[in-house]
Amino acid sequence: MEPILEIRDLVKRFGGFTAIDRLSLTIRKGEIHAILGENGAGKSTLMNMLSGMLSPDEGEIRLRGEPVKFTAPGQAVSKGIGMVHQHFMLIPALTVAENVLLGMKQDRSPLFRFKKACADIRKISDAFGLDVQPERIVGELSVGQKQRVEIVKTLYRGAEFIILDEPTAVLTPAEVEDLFRVLRTLKAQGKTIIFISHKLQEVQKICDRVTVLRLGKLIGTMEMGETNPAELARMMVGREVAAPVRKSTSQGKATRLEVREVSVTENGAVRLQDVSLQIREGEILGIAGVDGNGQRELSEVLFGLRAKQSGTVLLEGKELAKPHPRKMTDLGIAYIPEDRHKEGLMLPMSIAENLISKQYRESKFSLAGIMHWRRIRSNAEELIRQFSIRATGPNHPVGQLSGGNQQKVILARELMLNPKVMVAMQPTRGMDVGAAEYVHERILQAREQGCAILLISTELEEIMALSDRISVLYKGRIVGTVDREAADLDQIGLLMAGITSSSSVAI
Amino acid sequence: MHASVAGPAAAARWIKGIVEVGFYVGAILLALLVSGLVMAIAGVSPLESYRLIWEGAAGNANSVKETLVKATPLLFAGLSYTFAYRCGLFNIGAEGQIYVGALAGTIVALYIPGLPGYWHLPLCVIGGIVGGSLWGGIAGALKIGRGASEIINTIMLNYVAIYLVSYMVTGPIKDAGGNLPQTARLPESAILGKLFDSRLHYGFLLAIAIAVILYFILNHTVWGYEIRSVGHNPVAATVMGIPVKRNVLLVMMLSGAVAGIGGFVEISGVQNRLFQNFSPGFGYDGIAVALVGGAHPLGNIGSAVLFGGLRSGANSMQRLTGTSTSLVYVIQATIIILVVCNRYWFGGLKRRLILALTARLGNPGEKRPKLSFNLNEQEGKG
Amino acid sequence: MNEEIIASYLAAAIRLSVPLLLAGIGILFMSRSGILNIGMEGMVLIGALSGVLGAHYSGGAGAGLLFSMAVGGCIGLLFGFLVITTGADQVVIGTALNLLGLGITTVFGRSLLGMGQEAVKVDAIPIVGIPVLRDIPFVGEALFHQNLLAYAAYLLVPVVSFLFYKTQWGLQVRAVGEHPLAADTLGVRVHRIRYLCCMIGGMLAGVAGCSISLGILNQFTENMSAGRGFIALSAVIFGKWTPSGTMAAALLFGGADALQLRFRSFGIQIPYQFMLMFPYLLTMVTLAWFSGRNRQPAATAAPYKSLANRNT
Repeated sequence: MEPILEIRDLVKRFGGFTAIDRLSLTIRKGEIHAILGENGAGKSTLMNMLSGMLSPDEGEIRLRGEPVKFTAPGQAVSKGIGMVHQHFMLIPALTVAENVLLGMKQDRSPLFRFKKACADIRKISDAFGLDVQPERIVGELSVGQKQRVEIVKTLYRGAEFIILDEPTAVLTPAEVEDLFRVLRTLKAQGKTIIFISHKLQEVQKICDRVTVLRLGKLIGTMEMGETNPAELARMMVGREVAAPVRKSTSQGKATRLEVREVSVTENGAVRLQDVSLQIREGEILGIAGVDGNGQRELSEVLFGLRAKQSGTVLLEGKELAKPHPRKMTDLGIAYIPEDRHKEGLMLPMSIAENLISKQYRESKFSLAGIMHWRRIRSNAEELIRQFSIRATGPNHPVGQLSGGNQQKVILARELMLNPKVMVAMQPTRGMDVGAAEYVHERILQAREQGCAILLISTELEEIMALSDRISVLYKGRIVGTVDREAADLDQIGLLMAGITSSSSVAI
Repeated sequence: MHASVAGPAAAARWIKGIVEVGFYVGAILLALLVSGLVMAIAGVSPLESYRLIWEGAAGNANSVKETLVKATPLLFAGLSYTFAYRCGLFNIGAEGQIYVGALAGTIVALYIPGLPGYWHLPLCVIGGIVGGSLWGGIAGALKIGRGASEIINTIMLNYVAIYLVSYMVTGPIKDAGGNLPQTARLPESAILGKLFDSRLHYGFLLAIAIAVILYFILNHTVWGYEIRSVGHNPVAATVMGIPVKRNVLLVMMLSGAVAGIGGFVEISGVQNRLFQNFSPGFGYDGIAVALVGGAHPLGNIGSAVLFGGLRSGANSMQRLTGTSTSLVYVIQATIIILVVCNRYWFGGLKRRLILALTARLGNPGEKRPKLSFNLNEQEGKG
Repeated sequence: MNEEIIASYLAAAIRLSVPLLLAGIGILFMSRSGILNIGMEGMVLIGALSGVLGAHYSGGAGAGLLFSMAVGGCIGLLFGFLVITTGADQVVIGTALNLLGLGITTVFGRSLLGMGQEAVKVDAIPIVGIPVLRDIPFVGEALFHQNLLAYAAYLLVPVVSFLFYKTQWGLQVRAVGEHPLAADTLGVRVHRIRYLCCMIGGMLAGVAGCSISLGILNQFTENMSAGRGFIALSAVIFGKWTPSGTMAAALLFGGADALQLRFRSFGIQIPYQFMLMFPYLLTMVTLAWFSGRNRQPAATAAPYKSLANRNT
């Protein structure tokens, strides 16, 4: 197979930070090539340069032997490079046909002929087994369907070279299989595919060759058959992956948080169905599952951000009748939200102000409605020291901190409550390894101090590393709960796919 | 890391403040220049006009008092917009809130009879508060209840208010003794006292007091902290347990109340009776005042005086030469445009200037990769 | 009620709806591309004055119309520059534009047309009657005996509809108003489209102004737009951001305006001010009622930095 894409000594910097450091890589025509790496390794930056959303600072990209320079995505598209982004670039208010046709001319005519567009799209959809309905409004489609629309978009534009950025992050296991089938069909028709991921098992299943990136550098490129997951993991992380040392389990201690038969419906769709779980003092219960199976709803219900249709939640045996974020905080429930920028912080405000956003009404921070800024500042100084937050001081705007430091601010704020219960959603999302380790340490420390922790994460490795017990959430139901010692990755993977031990048929 | 940079850090803040103000002043001067060009094209002499405007604004003691008289309603309107703005709300409805506040206050003045001196005026002001907060509250309620844009609703309510007052003064509360669309003259007990034996009235001091109060609320109270949090990120505020809807409504009401007071004050202190279309766009000017004042309650005082001076000067210019006072609108509009765009056109220059100056002090500052390096939005006490 | 009164009322309703319709379509172009324009008041005023100036100095309504389209287009581009390239807040710039319009037209109006005591009269836009059709009872006068601009305005509606929903360019405009980033990744020139829409909006504002100064009143008086810029915005909102909806709303509001002028002659006792409030109240009700299904383009009023710019 001859090379279709060559990257030579590519460099990309953002200010003083080098995202891609002298990267050289060759992609062969007709292969499915995986780009592996952790969050922050540079995968998305690299792909954004290939697809024209970013320009490299140094280095060269050669497509079919000729050097190319992209300053806008349209140029890459015209050269046959199509990109399916992790966050879909689709317009919800318009139909599939309108989304696919946007920016293109049908037969050089300025008119937009809806019927013809639908016919053409159906042709492509059938040719590649994509099952896309052009008349539907994109906002009404499922995640998997939307992804296929994105693929159709690239094919309609004559893409020979398709880049998929973390395509399986939002798919159910069944949808992942569908996607793989589509990718194999595309490959059979001569397309070249780049598959960006951090999920080793999937990469192993579908890809021919794999390239590992770490901290913006190329670590190695190998044929899939010549390597194994352990080796790949080591290359991704740079060292042996070790589970953190934990003390003994919390046998015999009291139940701190109990959830009984909680159900949540939204717009007629069931999001949670009869969910029950218990967490004891000093225990970490990990909720595993693919994103979109009810995790967000569960955490929101527990923290009072969402109403439940039935069921009860009990804290230390007492029912929480009408949960509300403020009440939960007063009762000692800490909450680390999934999206720290949107839900966890006021970015233009200072560290000091963010640290007290749950406790500002306490008498040590305000009296008779007047804020006590000196105490608020010194509290911040203390926490900055304790949590080693890298900043110029308590007045430093939180929006200017790195992701890891921002999460430290959130952690500090929550742990300052001396919480009895902590609900942590994706606590290390988008953080580099060092910062993630710090977060894990702190969570374990809280566990030592008797906090009952509900850890919700789509990263199975994280769940396995931290949890005492693991439950799996699938389509809004708890489909299985195991102790950490007895847990088996394959079994959990099956549960995540909806296959319980009592039946071999998916739910 | 904190104690050791206390000295240079404080100096850095001074430098930042001075540079910011410098750029604002520069924007204003540029606006005056551009307006001068427009005047020249229209066949009006810019130098002569500006000289007359200056005379009328600050040339002598009388001019200064007139400037402050004109600045008073502008300050109320500016504070109204500023306060809502800090909560992330765009209250374009100060104009309507002024009208309804004036209406309510006038009704109290005329129809609540027989009160001893001290109580009448404050009661009328409360009327203004009630009217203005009602008007602001409607838009606020629609926003929290139906998610309707307060931008559109406040604009709509402006017109409703103007027509409502027009109806009232041509009908129900019209001065029975005359034929003009206006109310009877307000009783003495409802008229604001004058300062220095001139047209300047206590309303100006009331406006300053409210500016200080709003500043204090925003920066030193628990409520102000909640307001600012909601203004920066309503989603996160909800997660923290800060009541977003309640604050949106209260802020719209208080913002409307401030404008409402301003409306009544204008009637009580200057016009002495309510008539239709008494406001030449104070509410909209308030937006300009707020902008040039940096969306800061105390900054509004300065910009209100600036715009008040322009108005007063333009009035005197019209008296003397016949050139329309509408010229002032051109100047105002160019000031708004240049001040707003100043951030975008000169933002980079400003940043580099500040960095260069603070570097000379030996304060290294922290280099951050990329991120939104926005010095304009630093919050919190320091 | 006799036929003549009804016919004359309907004719007035349509006549008064024309400026609203024109300004409304102008706002529609800008809105659909994601730009909120509350400065139509000022733009219409400038258009009104330009029309009179053009007609006065070159003797002809046609010249006035062309001149006001040119000036309006420039103002639109200026607005576009300030909110697209500079990224300034659209509400603030719109407010500034209203102030600017009022100020400039008053100043130039006085200096170029005299002190306003003796209003300068100019040729009106010709009224054209269509034979036979205009004799239809009740609606004949209203529909087939209007000035040229009225015909043009109403014919514009299906044209604009076609443009938005049946052409590639129209699709791009709609996309840009909903999700400019997605459009950008497909090579759609977001800024260029928005600029074009601003220019079109400005030109239509100019024509709308002419329809008042040359079409209805044959002169320029200060502040003659009298809130029509905002009523046009109401029409777009009430019309759910569609061309046909805007037309229906403009007709409705024009009808209300014609009605309040005739209250006394119809023997209606409602104070005319309440009729004047009608468009605004209706808009508020619309916004409140349709809260869940708001069809406002999703990216309205949000500045957008194009990907090409982010590369540098």
